[in-house]
This record gives sequence, structure tokens and C-alpha cells, in this order.
Amino acid sequence: MDLSFTKEEQEFREEVRAFLDEKLPEELAEKVRIGGELDKADMDRWHAILNEKGWLAYGWPVEFGGTGWSPVQKHIFEEEAAAANAPRIVPFGLAMLGPVLHKFGSKEQQDEILPRILDGSDWWCQGYSEPGAGSDLASLKTRAVRDGADYVINGQKTWTTLGQHANKIFCLVRTSTEGKPQEGISFILVDLDTPGIEMRPIRLIEGGHEVNEVFFTDVRVPAENLVGEENQGWTIAKFLLTHERTNIAGVGFSMKALEEVKALARRTKRGGKPLIENPLFAARIADVEIELEAMKITNLRMLYTAQTQGAPGPETSILKIKGTVIRQALNDLSRRALGPAAAPFPSEDMFGNAALVEAGDVNNAADYFNNRKLSIFGGSNEIQRNILTKAMLEL
Amino acid sequence: MDFTLTEDRRMLSDSLSRFLADKYTYDHRAKVAYEAPFHDAGLWSEMCEIGVLYALAPEDAGGFGGGGFDITTVFEALGRGLSPAPVLGTLLASKLLTAAGADQSALLDGSVRYAVAIGELDAPYDLDGIATEASGGTLTGRKSVVYGGNDAEVFLVAAKSGDGLAIYEVKASDADVTGYGLIDGGGAAELFLDKTPGTEVLANARDALEDALDAGRLALCAEAVGAMDATNEILLDYLRTRKQFGVPIGKFQALQHRAVDLVTEIEQARSITIFAASRMGEADQARSVSMAKTLIGRAARLVSEEAIQMHGGIAMTWEASVSHYGKRLVMIDAQLGDVDYNLERVMAGYAA
Repeated sequence: MDLSFTKEEQEFREEVRAFLDEKLPEELAEKVRIGGELDKADMDRWHAILNEKGWLAYGWPVEFGGTGWSPVQKHIFEEEAAAANAPRIVPFGLAMLGPVLHKFGSKEQQDEILPRILDGSDWWCQGYSEPGAGSDLASLKTRAVRDGADYVINGQKTWTTLGQHANKIFCLVRTSTEGKPQEGISFILVDLDTPGIEMRPIRLIEGGHEVNEVFFTDVRVPAENLVGEENQGWTIAKFLLTHERTNIAGVGFSMKALEEVKALARRTKRGGKPLIENPLFAARIADVEIELEAMKITNLRMLYTAQTQGAPGPETSILKIKGTVIRQALNDLSRRALGPAAAPFPSEDMFGNAALVEAGDVNNAADYFNNRKLSIFGGSNEIQRNILTKAMLEL
Repeated sequence: MDFTLTEDRRMLSDSLSRFLADKYTYDHRAKVAYEAPFHDAGLWSEMCEIGVLYALAPEDAGGFGGGGFDITTVFEALGRGLSPAPVLGTLLASKLLTAAGADQSALLDGSVRYAVAIGELDAPYDLDGIATEASGGTLTGRKSVVYGGNDAEVFLVAAKSGDGLAIYEVKASDADVTGYGLIDGGGAAELFLDKTPGTEVLANARDALEDALDAGRLALCAEAVGAMDATNEILLDYLRTRKQFGVPIGKFQALQHRAVDLVTEIEQARSITIFAASRMGEADQARSVSMAKTLIGRAARLVSEEAIQMHGGIAMTWEASVSHYGKRLVMIDAQLGDVDYNLERVMAGYAA
């Protein structure tokens, strides 16, 4: 038993810190800190800075322009980036499509698409869920019918995150209705400029525009845009679900959020005393801090498994369940610490108002509501329990 | 980073687990754990021969361990085997004797059984509430639920001495000892002291007492992890084999998701115990151990209550092993500081 990092890993952490200290633009970190909305230019800017350093594709192998980092190095990078309030790396091209193409893509696809993800030429989004296919993803109905050199796509995708910034979408489509539903699904790449595609915003619970629905009407896509074999899409989707799950616990985000809740409870007063001196509230914080401390070790244990055995097992679903519950609990505490001051509906004006920003997180209640998504997306926590039931409990 | 046990600890864990599985079978444990002396006194020396007690003390005190992970290795195995043997009191005594620089060879070879008397009826966890007093080489007061006290030859007693606390050695033969069994197996005693002779072992003993209690709390966390693992295996086996409505009840999602939640809590419990073990001897030892004992207190009770509920009526019977694990898991919380006590210790750092 040894919980410490090696000398090399500690030096690596110093290197990451120094880089963030020097290169992370202050205005971006501040926007992240106060929970402001990052626009496309903000995200592109941070991606470009990371790409210049060669750290943008930090989960990719070296041969594809990645860092080739070990699971522990990736973890250290994620932890430090979260602590520094760095914007989150947009995952669709980098953490999702990239690894799929490394494993299933043709040489031509790899050569053409991967460099464009790195240099920001393409912004990818995800076309998985449909109105009738959420947790039961395999029941998806969007059809792709082969017609000469093309596929013709008809149907509807939804929950397409940041699709408003994207020029490309990777989709799961139905190419066969024979056999089990899982056996008739394919993974295909679509240019969003193709005629017949319409993207509409979905306004979210807190008022923001983060996700979209995408409509496909007789959309013609060249057959070479298929990734892997026809009807191999479910295998690819499952690969993606189990890939890159070491950061699924969001430990870095929670550590940051815990610090902020404590700071907030120290400056917020109740009955003339700092809220943190109220034993009821302090106990609520302590409850979450204890869970988080345990989560850090659970995360490291699974990281250790990934590092020594090549891949994390199905038990990473535990990280998703516990990690999201902890993050939501912290959002809840932060909202409660502000009390009625969490109620004002955030607007652009408020973010520009220094007095309001100083008083607390303007976006506090909005974050709380928005982060209810954490236990729903990426395989809801109930789906994670189904996975664990089969894979770990063998029931 | 390495989450595996060293070779030595793995071997100790294997030998102890094998010993408990062979010697403390369900039937044998059920027979001895609830009747005086509430463990198998004959097996005590056999267990000591494996080196269990030596693993709890550092080298300069005559042992070969004494670190956080030595303690967790031993107690996780004890918990898994649901051992009623009085090892907890022995660990506390070893810690106190180590702090005093006193000879403990008779403790470590198992020939003399020690119990540690700190808690009282109105001060079960906190040292500030101790009322037992030392005066002129004698002690007066009542020590309550002294683990292993029913079967101990020597007591190490915490008592007020002037402004501070000190530790005294009291011979069982000199004291009024009322031994009894515990609802979850194993024995304890009420120790009535009325001008009872006691020899001072350590003056100004507050730090030594807190340190020994932290070691004991860590041990209980590890014991709970072992017992939760065993309980979970019993539960999963039952979910796979018990049929109702024509199918194994493990096919019902209402039970599946609850079983998953238990595994999640057990993994968190294992993690926080590893964390606490790694902080022993560091400045944040007390806070880390209290974090662990808080999480363990909750998780162990949940695992117990849910395992019993999912077993249904059979868990209400004496003959089901899940009942006995279930009792141990709940009662561990009340030993050396419960959830509320430890949560307060965690919160104490916030005010600054």
C-alpha cells in the first residue's frame, strides 16, 4: 500500500502547474470560476493553447498526435486543470470520436479527420439519443438506407450538446431491422452542411442553450463516411461507453466545489455568525467531504487498475454513480448557503456586475439545476446500476 | 502508487483467514461467542502463534508491525471471519504500553490477556468526561463496556490524576469485574473500582490515549470492511439461489439496484479505510480516522439492514449467518466513537 505519486509523477504535476500558471488566460479562468457561460471563441482559444503545447489530445496515443500519457498522468492533468479553473476540454472530437477512429477508423479517415480535430478546423457533436431512444439506445430509429454510393438518412437525434458550434456530427443510425436491435446499428460521420439537416435549440431547465435536436430529411451521405463495418455501430458505441472513464468521477470538479462551498459558508452569515459555525450546516459539508475523500481513493484505486491491467473494469460505473451524486450534493449545499440570494435569475447583466459576482456565485442555483443532468447523461445512474448488476454482481 | 499488500502482510492475512475459516466455523462460533468467556480461549494461543499480536506492535516494542496497514490487515481478516476474540483490547493495550515504553512481551505472545478501560457510562467516547479518579495509589470509579474485560488478567485504566489523565495497571484479581456477553458476540465487562490498587504506567497520557483510540477506530473500520465483504457474499449467494415467483429473487430490479448500492458503499468504505491507514502517524491522523469511522458507521449499518431485509424472514433467525454479521455491523458504530461523535471531530476544523 502506497498512496504517494512517484518522483516523476510529482515532477509532471509541477510541469502541468507551471504550464497552467503561464498559459491559462486569466479571463477564461475567472469565467469558469464564477460559473459564467463559455462561448465558442473561449473554448477554441483554450483548445488552441493546449494544442500548441501538444497537450490537447491528452488521451490519444503518440502516433495520432496525442501525448501517450499514462492513466496517472492523465489524472494529474485533469486534477490540476480543474483546480486552476481551466475550461473543460470539449470531449466530442477529442475524447469520443478520436478514440473510435484510432480503433475502428480507416487509414484515410484517421489521416483526414484527426488533424482537423486537433487544429480546430472541425467541431464535432454527437448524434446518439433520439426522442424514443434514451436509456434504451438500441431502439433508435433514425434510418440510413444504402442508395448507390450514398446512405440516405431520415430521422431525428436529440440532446446534441453544443451542436450549435459544430460543423460535423457522428451518428448512430439504423442500417438493418433484422435480428436483435443492437445488430442493425451503424456509426456514420455526417457533414452538418449537407442539405436536409436542421438543428433546433432546446432550452434547458435553467434557461441556457447547451443542447439541440437535429432533424434529418433525405440527407445523402457518402458511404465512405461509415466508420467500421455496416451494422458494427453497437460495438463502437459500447467501446466508447467504456473508454476514457477514469475521469468520470469528476473528483477535480468536486474538490474545487467543496473549497467554494466552504468559502461561501465562511462569508455568508446566519444569526450574526458565519454559516459554517452552524453545526447543522457544517455537518452537511462534512458528510460530503467524507464521501469525497473516499471517492478520491476509490478513483485512485481504479486508476491503479487501469495503469497496471491496461483497462478499468465495469466497476468504473461506481465512479459515475458516486461521483455525480457528490457533485450534485455540493451544488445543493452551495445553493442552500446562499439562501434566497440564489434565487435571482441569471442574466448577462448580472455577470457584468462586480457587486453581485462578489456576493456569491451568480449562477449558483442555475448550476444546481443544470447539474441534475450529471446523473442522467452518459448512461443514467440507473443504467449504471444495471451494468454493475450484470458485470460485477452477476445476478 | 500501489494498492496491493506487501508480501508479509498478504501472508499474515492468508494465514489468519485460513485459521478463522477452519477453526471458527459458523457452528463453532455460534457456540463460543455467546457463552463465557465469549470466545474460544483454547484457540487464542493458536491464533497468537500466527503472529497476529506481533503484527500490531512496532519493532522497538518487540513486534514486527504496528503501522496503519498492519492494523487493517489483521482486523479486516478478523471481520471477515466474524472473530469474537478480544483482539481490539489487546491492540489498545499494546499502543498504551508502547507509548509508556513498558515491557509487553507477555501481551504479544498471548500469555497474559489485557483489556483497556477508558469509556464510562456518561463518557463512552470522550476523554473529557472521564470521572474515574486516582488518589494515593488507588482508583475509584466505574468503567463501562470494557471490551475483553470479562476474560482479562490485567486492565489498563484511564483515570483523572490532578489536572490530567494517567494510565494505571490494575490486576483483575484486585477489582470487582462483572463480565457479560455482547449481543453481537464476544465479551466485555463492567469494572467497578473502589479504592482499588493501581500502578501508574503513564502520566500525562491524553495524547497516548487519543492515539490508542485512533488505532482502535481504524481497526474497527477494517473489521467492518471485512465483515461487509462477507455479508455481501452471503447476500449475493442468497439472491442467486432463493426463488420466489418462479425465479431467483436476484432477477428483480428492485433488489438488484439496492445490491449495487451496497457494493458502492462497501468500496467507499474500503477506500476511506485505506485513506485513514495511510494517515496514521501524520498530523491529520485524528481527523482522517474520524472521517473513516463516520463513513463506516453509516455504511455498515446500511449493509446490515439491507442484507437482512433482502434475506427476508430467514434473517430473523439465529441459524442464519447473515444475522450475526448484521448484528456485528450495526454494533461496531457504538465502539470507540459513533457517527455523531466522529462527524463532530471532522467538523471541528471548519470554524477557523
